[in-house]
Amino acid sequence: MSHDHAHDHDEITTDGEPEAAARVRALVELLVAKEIVTREDVRRGVDWLVSRNPADGARLVARAWVDPDFKRRLLEDAREAALVLGLDPGPSPVVVALENTPGVHHVVVCTLCSCYPRALLGPPPDWYKSLPYRSRVVADPRGVLREFGLELGEGVEVRVVDSTADIRYLVVPARPEGTEALAEEELAALVTRDSMIGVTLAGTAPT
Amino acid sequence: MAFDVGQRVRVAEREHAGHHRTPGYVKGKRGVVVRPHGAFRNPETRAYGGDGLPERRLYLVALEQDDLWPAYPGPPEDRLYVDVFEHWLVEDS
Repeated sequence: MSHDHAHDHDEITTDGEPEAAARVRALVELLVAKEIVTREDVRRGVDWLVSRNPADGARLVARAWVDPDFKRRLLEDAREAALVLGLDPGPSPVVVALENTPGVHHVVVCTLCSCYPRALLGPPPDWYKSLPYRSRVVADPRGVLREFGLELGEGVEVRVVDSTADIRYLVVPARPEGTEALAEEELAALVTRDSMIGVTLAGTAPT
Repeated sequence: MAFDVGQRVRVAEREHAGHHRTPGYVKGKRGVVVRPHGAFRNPETRAYGGDGLPERRLYLVALEQDDLWPAYPGPPEDRLYVDVFEHWLVEDS
């Protein structure tokens, strides 16, 4: 397309810019030009997203480990449980927490895009959005988990959860053995981002 | 159409030109309803500026990995859970 009219803006190029970044920038330009969003909306949204981190999800899990009533609430309605702890469960109307036990292991993926409980875990890791993870974990979860260092026995039922719609899924990893003496805050430190996606177990107790 | 927990269902096997949230790899496959999520706006019309109404019921459905992948390298108990809208589910006897 020619660009020979005279007005005051920089030429839009993708020189040195990743394709996805250029696409997002073009989209923002259009949405702002059409007055669907303002630059302030975009800035506020990005601020919110990068202010989120896995510590919030870890607080939910640690509380569930020490409080059976809270765990029941969390598994029934994770959005409500997050509000009880004063956490922001995000814009998704339904957040579902899935409990990993010695006999059942959940691992979450979004094969269609990159749906992720961002409010409780922060921005997803790059691998979560990658085509290899999204295509392989559904067909060979045990092989993918092995690459994350997690070997699951035949006696464990592996459930891959493909979040294709409005629901956001958070895995509640099993409480590690030998953590009976730890306080809730110390337990929360064992709950990693990856364990709440389900590609690893929670960390082990410090020795 | 409403489905109950434990009900056997099949994911509709049909082409759909345009945005939809039913992944190709589960189309035509059998499963069991494990959790109702309530009703949500339909992404197939929302994607094109529509209001997504009427809302459609959304279900978490469990499928057997052995049924999805002919050479699945794991035990027969392994499952694939996926959220499917009611208009992509049919009763399976």
